[in-house]
Amino acid sequence: MDLIWLIPLLPGLGAALNGLLGIRYFSKQTAGLVAVSTMAVAFVLSVIAFAGLLGLPEEERYHEVTVASWIPPIPLETANGIGSFEVPWAFVLDPLSGMMLLVVTGIGLLIHVYSVGYIDHEPRGGVARFFCYLNLFCFFMLILVLGSSFLVMFVGWEGVGLCSYLLIGYWYRKQSASDAGKKAFIVNRIGDWGFILGIFLVFFTFGTLDFRSVAEAAAGMPVEVGFGVLSLICLFLFIGATGKSAQIPLYVWLPDAMEGPTPVSALIHAATMVTAGVYMVCRNAVLFAHAPMVMEAVAWIGVLTAFMAATIGLVQTDIKRVLAYSTVSQLGYMFLATGVGAFAAGAFHLMTHAFFKALLFLGSGSVIHGMNEEQDMRRMGGLKPYMPTTFWTMAIGAVAIAGIPPLAGFFSKDEILYRTFLHSQVLWGIGALTAVMTAFYMFRLINMTFLGRYRGPEWGQPAGGEAAHGAGSHGDGGHDDGGHGHAWHGPHESPRTMTVPLMVLAVGAVFAGFIGVPAALGGSNVIEHFLEPSFTAFGAFHPAEEAHHLSHTAELGLMALSVLLAAGAILFAYRNYVRQPAAADEMARTFAGPHRVLTNKYYVDELYGATVVRGTMEGANGLWTVDQRVVDGAVNGTGWTTIFSSWVSHVLDKYVVDGLVNFVAWVCAEASYVFRRAQTGLIQNYAFATLLGVFAFVTWYLLAR
Amino acid sequence: MLEITPLHYSLLSAALFMIGVIGVLVRRNVIIIFMSIELILNAVNINLVALSDQLQDLAGQVFVVFVIAVAAAEAAVGLGIIIAFYRNKETVNIDEIQIMRW
Repeated sequence: MDLIWLIPLLPGLGAALNGLLGIRYFSKQTAGLVAVSTMAVAFVLSVIAFAGLLGLPEEERYHEVTVASWIPPIPLETANGIGSFEVPWAFVLDPLSGMMLLVVTGIGLLIHVYSVGYIDHEPRGGVARFFCYLNLFCFFMLILVLGSSFLVMFVGWEGVGLCSYLLIGYWYRKQSASDAGKKAFIVNRIGDWGFILGIFLVFFTFGTLDFRSVAEAAAGMPVEVGFGVLSLICLFLFIGATGKSAQIPLYVWLPDAMEGPTPVSALIHAATMVTAGVYMVCRNAVLFAHAPMVMEAVAWIGVLTAFMAATIGLVQTDIKRVLAYSTVSQLGYMFLATGVGAFAAGAFHLMTHAFFKALLFLGSGSVIHGMNEEQDMRRMGGLKPYMPTTFWTMAIGAVAIAGIPPLAGFFSKDEILYRTFLHSQVLWGIGALTAVMTAFYMFRLINMTFLGRYRGPEWGQPAGGEAAHGAGSHGDGGHDDGGHGHAWHGPHESPRTMTVPLMVLAVGAVFAGFIGVPAALGGSNVIEHFLEPSFTAFGAFHPAEEAHHLSHTAELGLMALSVLLAAGAILFAYRNYVRQPAAADEMARTFAGPHRVLTNKYYVDELYGATVVRGTMEGANGLWTVDQRVVDGAVNGTGWTTIFSSWVSHVLDKYVVDGLVNFVAWVCAEASYVFRRAQTGLIQNYAFATLLGVFAFVTWYLLAR
Repeated sequence: MLEITPLHYSLLSAALFMIGVIGVLVRRNVIIIFMSIELILNAVNINLVALSDQLQDLAGQVFVVFVIAVAAAEAAVGLGIIIAFYRNKETVNIDEIQIMRW
């Protein structure tokens, strides 16, 4: 357990190897091997560390390891006089970070393995670059998860944002991909602004950034009735979380992030990075528990995001975009859970969601791979016989996310809905409706992709010919540099490295829920009990007990209701997309208006484009004009004045000063014409002059006397 | 017989002096100019000897000996200059010696 600092360091080492040497020297296999092996060792270490954590008594499950000092003590002003700002490189293992650790390294490992197969079509240097980014991402994600203070977490937080940008823009020659990368980065920056303000305020209020110290200090404070400093902190932190976890109003980047390679979507934009916001809120559960107003806001934002994203997901035709909106929706569920105080349920859903959403994404990647980079579900259909493993694993994932017992999604989602019902029936209603839609759009995806009639492009026989050639060059995906090296021979199952992770994740999606079986079903909700110390600062804080509990019968009734609704939605999807494919189009025509709004994603991108983006551009243009006219004008004016005054000075120098000097010289030269005649060089002339002089003097002498 | 008075000596001396001066000023041949200078010196010598006799003072005669010695030295140096010049210009005409002109 004292070696947990090695866990982030190993992927970091892999990233350094692949980044510094791999792009130039490593073969595809070596690059993949480096990345996968570092992740594998990190996973093994995580499992060992987690086992060690389980071995500790419950109240001592907080293991902090300080690797090195980072920021030396600096005296800084806080609310309680001068404090000492000191941040060490410290990592912490507690139930919450332990769970996240397993999710990140476990699913990260599977996705690394999957990537070896998926990224095989890329050129050699591109593969190493991909694995470098992927490993770097794991490095930062693990720092984020393990960091014991706000600032260390912030390092990871920013690092994963960077890697997200790099990976979305992996096919950087494609305009839409590089734009999506920038969009993700900039939107995240807005959230980070909130997060960092929250960090400032935390330090100002508590004089420390250590999570546990802050939680213990906050536990001693009264729960705020109005909107106090704790509420402000939580609000800022939540703004940071909305950016990273794609909640209203900052969710717009996540669907666009699907421009990245599919393993990236699975790892970063479904299983790990986007849950960082939820993780951060859970980490500061004690703080949030003291700010009921912000909690209410969190719950509402969460449920509205869940609802809105689910409605958009109903009509999307791009297989990855459906999953992207599904991710946004599920993240909304997690925030709903934290908002109603069910932090454990949120973290539990985070974990189960990581399993089935990574599974679904990897499955969709397998489909896209097998369909030669085709992403539009309208061009798929009937793929089940061609890729059975992908179908069955994805079907398991879909059942899990739809909330059919006894798969993982059922337990976590129903726990959230149950806790929400206790808090507010309105929230529960929206949440339950979202669950129905979730079941519908997931089975719409499955049905459109795997069942029914094949609607994709034709393919030729291996002998070749025009058809094969046409199909082979069809892919409109991102392989702009190289593309498929071989002609496409129709939909096919993906290689082993891709299907094995799918199967492992499917097993996880089936069984992960069993650690959270609620009491009503005869379980003991192990996960909630396990995570609880992390949310109460190890007993320092006692959240108020829920005023009213429902009886087990009522709880079972709620469960049965949601299962029935989900099953109904699944059957409805089956009827619409398999039995009577025309029915779906019929419905789209009947509700043409809403359908158009949904297809255009509520015009939110357009709204942001017209207000925020355009406003920024206009403002920048205005500032540019000011810069051009006023600032540059002042500089140019100064330059012009200097040139002019130097010209005046030049004229004066040339005509007045030089003129005077030249005039003196001229006078001397001219005068010398006369006087130099005297110097004849003839000695007799001189003698004669001397004689005249003598006569003159003598004459003068004689006469003057 | 007419008695020779100091006035006669002075007149002779003056005449010789003026002949020397005019020679220096008007003749073109450097050698002749040189001889004219000797005339000037000897005019002075006559004057000195005459006055020495008149005043009964030997200093004047001693002075004359010095003048003769100096004139000899001067003649030697001057003739050396003339020969050196002649070797360069192949002439001793004073009109053509004007290299110290502006």
